[in-house]
Amino acid sequence: MKNLYKYISVALLVYIHLGGLLLEAPRLNILNETVRALYFHVPMWFGMVLLYSISVYYAIKFLRNPLSDFDLKSVEYANVGTAFGILGILTGMLWANYTWGSPWHGDPKQNGAAIALLVYLAYFVLRGSVDNEEQKARLSAVYNIFAFAAMIPLIFIIPRLTDSMHPGNGGNPGFNAYDLDSRMRLIFYPAVIAWFLIGVWIVSLRVRYRLLQNQLSEN
Amino acid sequence: MKKILTTLLFSFITFLGFSQAAEVEMADTMRANGKIYVVVGIILIVLIGFILYLFALDRKISRLEKLVKK
Repeated sequence: MKNLYKYISVALLVYIHLGGLLLEAPRLNILNETVRALYFHVPMWFGMVLLYSISVYYAIKFLRNPLSDFDLKSVEYANVGTAFGILGILTGMLWANYTWGSPWHGDPKQNGAAIALLVYLAYFVLRGSVDNEEQKARLSAVYNIFAFAAMIPLIFIIPRLTDSMHPGNGGNPGFNAYDLDSRMRLIFYPAVIAWFLIGVWIVSLRVRYRLLQNQLSEN
Repeated sequence: MKKILTTLLFSFITFLGFSQAAEVEMADTMRANGKIYVVVGIILIVLIGFILYLFALDRKISRLEKLVKK
């Protein structure tokens, strides 16, 4: 069934909201009850990276075979991915305010994520500034590959080389060592899947809407 | 022997005391009096509301697709 993934994502979302708020979470100093923010903040970033990966996949597909459908999908995946990233940064700022002391801490991962989002915002600026449809699609597909290649080191590599307060980066093993215990994994992984599927669903709605728009403007 | 035993005993008591102090504060009161379910309920209402909205949007686009096909 084509719509099955939508029902799965809804069921998982209800489960992670119930379980994320009610099940036992590790008792940690400073974090206290906010440790549960992990269930909602981190899946935004995982969702963003997964959506951007599909976006760059369609960008490469477009460069190999220039069909406008590939371009459309590439843009919409990048679009929803950026929305996830903005939610990730906002939730992160709120969380940081109460655990690190200020919303913007100059943390390498925080800065890197912000730069990555700016790189993707430039992608939309680029698209908006080219009139020729074919040229727009080709240029933005090439830029999409560049943006993806810039995002990976900004989020995953540089924060690990320097000192980051994000768990699992720099000299801070954090969640990996003992915090993200089996109880948290039971909610965290379904949360990643649920939000990613919701993202795919919204992308499909946007793609169908744009296809309708194109069909109507042709007639 | 007696000295060692008292030392052990006292260090055990201080250890107990420390572990009591190290108890991390969580929102236990909120769980105890059940108010947490109010929060959970509110979040679920918002979540389900948005999901229903998404389904409605999905149906609307499907209807439009059928219309355009004709």
